[in-house]
Amino acid sequence: MPRKHTIAAGKLFRRLARLRGGGSALPGLLVEKLEPAFLSEALSQLPEGVILVSGTNGKTTTTKMISELLASSGLRVFTNGTGSNFTRGVVSALIESIERDGKLPYDIAMLELDEAHAVKFAEKVNPRFSVFLNVLRDQLDRFGEIDYTARLLGEVAKRTSDTVVLNYDDPLIKRLDKQLMPNASAVYFGAHENVRHLFPADDMMRTPAKPTPKANTAKSNQHTDVELCGFKDQIVGFRIGSKIYKTELKLSGFYNFLNAAAALTIVRQVQPRVGIDTWLKALSKVEPAFGRGERVLYHKQPIEFVLVKNPAGFRLALASAAGANNDEATMIAINDNFADGRDMSWLWDVDFTSLKEDGIAMISGIRAYDMALRMQYDSVTVGDIELDVARAFKTMLTKHSGKPMRIYCTYTAMLQLRRIAEKELHMKKAI
Amino acid sequence: MPKNTVNILYLYPKEMNIYGDWGNVLTVGRRLQWHGYTPKIMQLHIGKKIPADIDIVIGGGGQDSGQGLVEADLQRHANDLHKLADDKVPMLVVCGLYQLFGRFFKTADDKQLKGIGLFALETHATNKRMIGNVIVDTPFGEVIGYENHSGKTVLDSSQASFGSVKKGAGNNGNDKTEGAVFNNAYGTYMHGSLLPKNPNFADELIKHAVEHSGQEFEPNVIDDLFADKARAIAKRRPR
Repeated sequence: MPRKHTIAAGKLFRRLARLRGGGSALPGLLVEKLEPAFLSEALSQLPEGVILVSGTNGKTTTTKMISELLASSGLRVFTNGTGSNFTRGVVSALIESIERDGKLPYDIAMLELDEAHAVKFAEKVNPRFSVFLNVLRDQLDRFGEIDYTARLLGEVAKRTSDTVVLNYDDPLIKRLDKQLMPNASAVYFGAHENVRHLFPADDMMRTPAKPTPKANTAKSNQHTDVELCGFKDQIVGFRIGSKIYKTELKLSGFYNFLNAAAALTIVRQVQPRVGIDTWLKALSKVEPAFGRGERVLYHKQPIEFVLVKNPAGFRLALASAAGANNDEATMIAINDNFADGRDMSWLWDVDFTSLKEDGIAMISGIRAYDMALRMQYDSVTVGDIELDVARAFKTMLTKHSGKPMRIYCTYTAMLQLRRIAEKELHMKKAI
Repeated sequence: MPKNTVNILYLYPKEMNIYGDWGNVLTVGRRLQWHGYTPKIMQLHIGKKIPADIDIVIGGGGQDSGQGLVEADLQRHANDLHKLADDKVPMLVVCGLYQLFGRFFKTADDKQLKGIGLFALETHATNKRMIGNVIVDTPFGEVIGYENHSGKTVLDSSQASFGSVKKGAGNNGNDKTEGAVFNNAYGTYMHGSLLPKNPNFADELIKHAVEHSGQEFEPNVIDDLFADKARAIAKRRPR
């Protein structure tokens, strides 16, 4: 158990940081200095251990799904919540939840960590379960290369004691099953051949797509425990074990349907006795995570915020929207602050031609002109360009009122937009 | 004079397209269209032959693993590529392929990847990545890009550079040189993508491509307002 005086000091640091309006990183840092073993001491009390989720895209939404599913099965789930997917963020969240005598009143921890912090974390605390979603081009200015990112996840896989849940269709993820602990095993999720082409790997982008097999010859992959079989609007079909199930989800975006397959796979490992119907019922209630396909209402019209961070994510988001086929006004806000990544070249790996028909109503953010330039080369017409995200958003609201809106935004632009929507304009969540 | 086809060769799109290198191909293609010509994009994949009548060659960067895959295949085309360069065919190779257009690239695990020696230079892996926004002074004005490499490239004294670094590391972070040039073939570490944000340089390559196809280059006026604004902002951003 962690030492009482560390906890007392940590809680005090946290209060002080809050008063100063600061983030959660500093108290976490100070506590780690005071008691380097704090993290492992606190988490080792959990009877069901730790689940770690990592990968390029979908971490936050998948973490939310797993947490809510496990909670519905009666477990008390500790989670590091939104966005703070660094080790220090976990420490900070622990300080808040731990009792003064050092007890952590939960059964299991569900932690989301980016690839680099996942390794740092696993070096201190062996996760009991790990879930790896995908490895795609993202923030290469931080990690350098995709192969390197995959190696980082390999280090986490090696330190996972029970079960590693892997995306069977992502070759860099699939091959992590070669480096497990002697007693650990791998379980897979994936997509049926009918829908697999929707999730291409980065290096398949500029090569001709393989023809989609005809529906009657497409194969299910029996190596997976849970498989995304298909979907129509929000009705999603999964093969779980040997049976097919259908359920309606509140989460939109077909990439989230594959994330749901990952969530179902891991909860079945954690709580094997719980019936599939219970899981599906809980899954159907999960709402979008912070800024990830979240919708707010403005004069009865939905505004959807779609976080975009990398080519694969942006491509999937555009493909999802093209399928929805609404008459909506679209805005894109691209910042290049440290948290967004400074490199703009990723925009050139996204195909924007699906926006050609309706054009784009507004482009905003620090790098708005990089985005506008990208649009010029895909022959997409651009309505307005306004670098200031707040002003751009308000112009959208006056110019395009009466229309649903979809706003693709990088991380810091998303934070800004959300703050304005909620705090300034008091928009309510729409589900 | 009617304007006809210009043939673009895109090198190893599967292995060497990690930092939006496709943007350079797209830019040459679109600008050719806007100037009234008909671009034809052809791709070179491992094991295949270089098609005849190529007017411009574009290639990008890859991961170390992609570079390893491409190394041997590129040797098969060394003669053809040398001939094209001697024939003043414009070329743009970025990052990974820039390194393989030199004599060799010595990787972090001390393996030597053989290059085709089109540029008189060599590259050694280091454990420090040079990452960030770059501004380079070139004969075509300021060229703006983004670099992300751990290889340090050193030019022979006989080898001309593409330009001199105003901001960023360039070839090696020491001698202020960036990239290399031989006839109309350019190698550089700048992606971003490079050509859309540097339309002057793009049109220089396009001019030589059009001329190589046996046509006169009669450009149209292209609205480069977005490129100008994007350049102005990129120049002010932190490294």
